[in-house]
Amino acid sequence: MRTGGTATIDRHGLDLLIAALAEAGFDTKGPVVREGAIMPGAIRTSADLPVGVRDAQGPGHYRLEHSGDDRLFDWAVGPGSWNAEFFPPSQELWRSTSTGDITSHARPGPGSTRPLAIVGARPCELAALAVLDRVLLDGAVTDPDYAARRADAFVMVAECGTPAATCFCTSMGTGPAATGGFDLALTELDGGGQRYVVRVGSDRGAAFLEGVPHAGAVPTDLTARDRRLASAAAAIVRTVNSDRVAGLLADSIDHPHWDEIAERCLACGNCTMVCPTCFCSDVSDTTDLTGEVRRDRTWSSCFDLDHSYLHGGSVRVSVSSRYRQWLTHKLSTWWDQFDTSGCVGCGRCVAWCPVGIDLTEEVAVITADDGRAGPASGPLPATESESVSESGSAGGTP
Amino acid sequence: MTAPTETTTRPRPSLAVWKFASCDGCQLTLLDCEDDLLALTETVDIAHFTEMSRSTTAGPYDVSLVEGSITTPADAERIVEIRARSVVVVTIGACATAGGIQGLRNFAASGAYASTVYAHPEYIDALDTSAPISAHIDVDYELHGCPIDQGQLLEVLTATLAGRTPVIPGHPVCHECKSRGTVCLVVAESRACLGPVTRAGCGALCPAVGRGCFGCFGPADTTNTGSLASHLVDAGTAPVDVSRLFATFNASAPAFAKEAAAQGGPVSVSRTGPDGHEGGR
Repeated sequence: MRTGGTATIDRHGLDLLIAALAEAGFDTKGPVVREGAIMPGAIRTSADLPVGVRDAQGPGHYRLEHSGDDRLFDWAVGPGSWNAEFFPPSQELWRSTSTGDITSHARPGPGSTRPLAIVGARPCELAALAVLDRVLLDGAVTDPDYAARRADAFVMVAECGTPAATCFCTSMGTGPAATGGFDLALTELDGGGQRYVVRVGSDRGAAFLEGVPHAGAVPTDLTARDRRLASAAAAIVRTVNSDRVAGLLADSIDHPHWDEIAERCLACGNCTMVCPTCFCSDVSDTTDLTGEVRRDRTWSSCFDLDHSYLHGGSVRVSVSSRYRQWLTHKLSTWWDQFDTSGCVGCGRCVAWCPVGIDLTEEVAVITADDGRAGPASGPLPATESESVSESGSAGGTP
Repeated sequence: MTAPTETTTRPRPSLAVWKFASCDGCQLTLLDCEDDLLALTETVDIAHFTEMSRSTTAGPYDVSLVEGSITTPADAERIVEIRARSVVVVTIGACATAGGIQGLRNFAASGAYASTVYAHPEYIDALDTSAPISAHIDVDYELHGCPIDQGQLLEVLTATLAGRTPVIPGHPVCHECKSRGTVCLVVAESRACLGPVTRAGCGALCPAVGRGCFGCFGPADTTNTGSLASHLVDAGTAPVDVSRLFATFNASAPAFAKEAAAQGGPVSVSRTGPDGHEGGR
């Protein structure tokens, strides 16, 4: 079996795969049902996955439903994402203790020595990890803990057959099929046979697949897979004009709609904390009564007043400026910084905004040609964003 | 072998703990520090803390922790004295920072409750309102919560003793839910939760056990209570219940008081007031 090869396995084969990963020393995790949502969690067998569970999602709305069948992957993403496994919400960077003249430093490192095996990540989540890799591994500075956690992680992706109403991966080019970044890719076939088409993405993936009972994928299996993914793509209702959005947003810095959004926006930061590509963090030093000093890194959000704190005060005081920062960074200036979009179209920010602010709708309003005072622009390279914003749209009305 | 640590000759900083109109819960947070309490007593001289010891010293004090709200003319004078004898004043808890649950009386007519609770209200010498300490004196630092969080209390004390800024966030509870992996009750269950407008610090205690946040840490540094309230009403919570949610332990915090009033007001008592008229809003 080689990279790019295909096979089929059944549910028993999947269980054996999970067991083989655990046997090989991986910390096996996958999507599990917890607190009424699908969340990352520990798994030992396929029975720990969301068996017979579907989700109903909308802006500010998420519910799980039981379908009564035994399908494993008929749901879209929940609020938790795999980024938290590699870039955890809080992490001790180092501590220092003084006893008399002796000061000792300790750096705890990435934690668990067992590499992670993810069973059932979504294609958009792999795309998000690729974005984070660009930010945390491929830039001028590498995050050593992230690198250590990512290095040996095994990824089995479950391609999407049942998108949610909040999904827009087709606009961002990240799904419903997986295009890379996986060791094995599963597609759950229609019908009650509990059969999965498996595509091999790496030599390591091939080795694990060869270790469990599998069959060659016949043309009807591959056709069934393609049909399943095509119907998923057709079921996606939300869109973002990803070809033009970067330039159009850069041209809309003074759009009056930012203030309209701020009337609804809670500045609670939920959108940033469910976003699988958000990587902002805060570093703080604390002391305790014994003289121990600690430096910790914690997730931060551009919706925090403190996030833009410079000497003398915060730069982004208004909520409209904070929302604008979030949206224009994700969809526009991320290109300038990292040569990629910061949005993978997973729809988490739409579903998990407590008041249901819908990124796709807000983008549509802000980038609509009649929303700006200036003449309608064609596609603008993101690198021109600064000069474009200068000539903005003061006084424009929707 | 290292040389024995030099014994410091500098006197230890003195700490005083004061109580005003309050339940003592925030002071008890200090006693609950257990192992850290021993370290604290080795670091500071506890000069006045009647929950712990009857022995007190007259001051001045390097740090005063002040619990409770100002509700009587006598307390209004006492807090000014404490300020004069303290280098640093840190107010602790919802009572001291926002007037507390007793701030509900700020929504009622003057004397409306005294006449219904006490047989002889003429013996009660109380101010018309329950006010935060900061309404009477300059405060150096405010620590929120009902009760305060033990970790935050130790952080404020150690930071003050070390001369650094305490690491105390002003962002909402949602950060703590997401950081600990707690699923949002508003989105997944349409539950009434004040997390998006409430200051973090508790570690999302209530949402983590499936109960909506009731705002005991008071307003976060940025709040949009109107948007949250109208969303909670749209999602099925009655306006009076939304109003009451905003009017609990931080009822008189300006952002919460305003929203409680906007949703119709929290107080629905219709008892007879001192002048024979109905009390209430």
